[in-house]
Formats: sequence, C-alpha cells, structure tokens
Amino acid sequence: MTGKDEAELSRLLRAAIAGDERAYADFLHRIAVLVRGFVRRKIVQGGIDPEDVVQETLLAIHVKRHTWRMDAPVLPWVYAIARFKLIDAFRRRGRRIEVELDEIAETLAEPEAETVSERDINRALDGLPPAQRSVVSAISVDGRSIGETAARLGISETAVRVSLHRGLAAIARRFGRQR
Amino acid sequence: MRTEDLIKALDADARDRSMPLGKAWWLAFGVAVLIAAAVFFMTIGPRPDIMRAMHTMRFMSKFVFTLVLAASAFALIRALSTPGAATGRAAAWMFAAPLLVAVAVILELSVIPEADWGRRLVGSNMMICVSFIPLIGLGPLAVFLGMLRYGAPTRPVLAGAAAGLLAGGLAATFYAAHCFDDSPLFVATWYTIAIAFLTALGALGGRFFVRW
Repeated sequence: MTGKDEAELSRLLRAAIAGDERAYADFLHRIAVLVRGFVRRKIVQGGIDPEDVVQETLLAIHVKRHTWRMDAPVLPWVYAIARFKLIDAFRRRGRRIEVELDEIAETLAEPEAETVSERDINRALDGLPPAQRSVVSAISVDGRSIGETAARLGISETAVRVSLHRGLAAIARRFGRQR
Repeated sequence: MRTEDLIKALDADARDRSMPLGKAWWLAFGVAVLIAAAVFFMTIGPRPDIMRAMHTMRFMSKFVFTLVLAASAFALIRALSTPGAATGRAAAWMFAAPLLVAVAVILELSVIPEADWGRRLVGSNMMICVSFIPLIGLGPLAVFLGMLRYGAPTRPVLAGAAAGLLAGGLAATFYAAHCFDDSPLFVATWYTIAIAFLTALGALGGRFFVRW
C-alpha cells in the first residue's frame, strides 16, 4: 500500500511542480489524509488541535516544496516535515504551560482555548496586511478563483497572485519555530 | 479555517516556483567563494613565495585537509537542509578531514626531532590564523545560514554547525595560501580552533536565525 502511495504521490507532485494544478490539489488532499492520520496517532493528550498541525504541515510542504528532490521518495520528505511541525507544537505547548504556572495567580482566563486558537490559521490570517488578507480569504474561505478575486477586488490577476503568494509565505513564517 | 479551504489557497499559488534547493546550494556556494576570495585578496592575500611553496608536501597538504573538510561539509549541509534525506553517510565523511590531519600529525612527529615540535606548533602566524579564518569565513557563513532558511532543516542547530564547518573549510582554504606555517602540528591546532569558532557561531545562527 505504501509503495503504491509513494509512486502515485511522487507522480502527482512532479506533475504539480511542472504546472499541473489539478495534480497539486489531488496531492494536497491525499497528503492531508496521511498527515492527519499520523498526527492523530501521535497526539494522545489534549491541548493540541491535530488539525492545526495538519494545516501547518500543509503550509510548510507548500512553501518548501522546492526542497523535495524529484528523484527522491516523497513520503519520507512529507513525514519529516510533519514530525518537525508536530514536535514544534509539543514544544510550544510545553512552554505555554510554564508561562501559565508563572502567571496563574494573576490571570484566571482560559489558557486552553488560547493555546488552540493562537495556532489557528485564522489568527495568522488576521495578522496579514489588508490587501493580502482579502485575497487569501477570498480564495480560501470563499472559494473564489484567481480571476473572480481579481474582478471582485478590482486588481489585476498578477496582483492577486502576488498577494496570495506573499500572504501564504507570511502565514508560514508566523508559524515558523519561535525559540 | 478549514483544511479544505487552505488547500484551495495553496493550489491557487501552485504556479509560483522557487529554484530547486540542490541548484540553489551550488549557486550559494559560488557566491560564498567569491565573497571569501574578495575578503582574502583585499586583506592578507597569498604569500609571496607561493609558487615555490607549491612544490612542498606540507604546503599542499593544507589544501587537502581544508578542501576535504569543505567538500564533506557541503554534502552534509545539503542533506541536512532537505527533510527526510539520509544524513548518515555524509556525516561519516565528516571524519575524513580530521583523520587526514591526524595521520599527517603522526607523520610529522615521526620525522621532526622532538626539540622542534614546540616551535612548529606555535608557528609565527597563530594570531593571524585564528582571526583571519573567521573573518574570511563570516560572509560565507551568512550566505549558508540564509540558505538554511531557504531550505527546511529539521535539525537547525546541527545544520547551522555544518554551515560553520563549510564556511571554515572554505575560509581555511584561502587562508592556507597566505600562511607560512605549513606544519600539520600548526594546522591541527590553530586551524581547528578557528574553524571551531565558526562552527559554534553557525550552531548559534541555526538556533536563533533558522526558522520555518
């Protein structure tokens, strides 16, 4: 099963890098399923939303897809990124607990909810400059195409692509390890 | 945001393509060599008797050590900046340069009378050595740390240390053309200290600068 997955996923990502958007969507959907399974198996206690880690992994795979060597197997690459993002999530969780202990006398707020939502992509989206935010949310949340977004916002398709690319890169950077 | 929605955004951004990491590493290496060469020739430059020195084993052996170090560190850092890549073999090759130096030290000790060991170890240039190898290597180190950010090292501190070793190997190659102290005893001591400094700096850079 893994061998078949491997061959199929490598083919899809190669096609995607060559410019086939359909293949890329297919690749990302399949990867999301695999990573979700992996992350859920690893997260045994609460405090980390597995879906957050899935989304961060997908984003990292996207912005780092130039690090995949086309002649190398794709699954070890995917799982190495997923593991990195998962460890990062655990680490932040660990540090947050320390902070909570220090400040527990002062604040009786709900730290649990804070932890989850801070890593949510929505938060990162809110932190973007308005132009990038409206493009990224039009395409993702509203599901519009590049052309529709350009027409709706009254800007060129190139401008939409640039804002989308910068916005995604900025979100990925925000999720970069903070140490 | 739902994962489905995120995938829509990623898919719409599929067209943008960055340079493959392997190619980018070669480019970065070329840039680093140019920077190191510029600093080297604008500051200390090669020794005047370099043509004559090139006929001696001791002088040429320095380049074997430094080039083997640079080549093995280059292979290691490329593997470390690629998620899921096997690093074992590249890591094993990192022992090549220290082993060569160790063999050279043993040979040197066996052919040089004991009374001369101290003089050869201290040499005449050690302060220049420990200051100029890091100085020449600083620019290349910055380039390599930038490349680690472009890549995706899952062990950033180790990758940063490899960047320091690579910058050190490169800088020492240039410095060796300047230095009059050709004894392996000198190289094993002062070059190692200078390269260790760059390695520590690289590890720190990996720790604080390389995030993704």
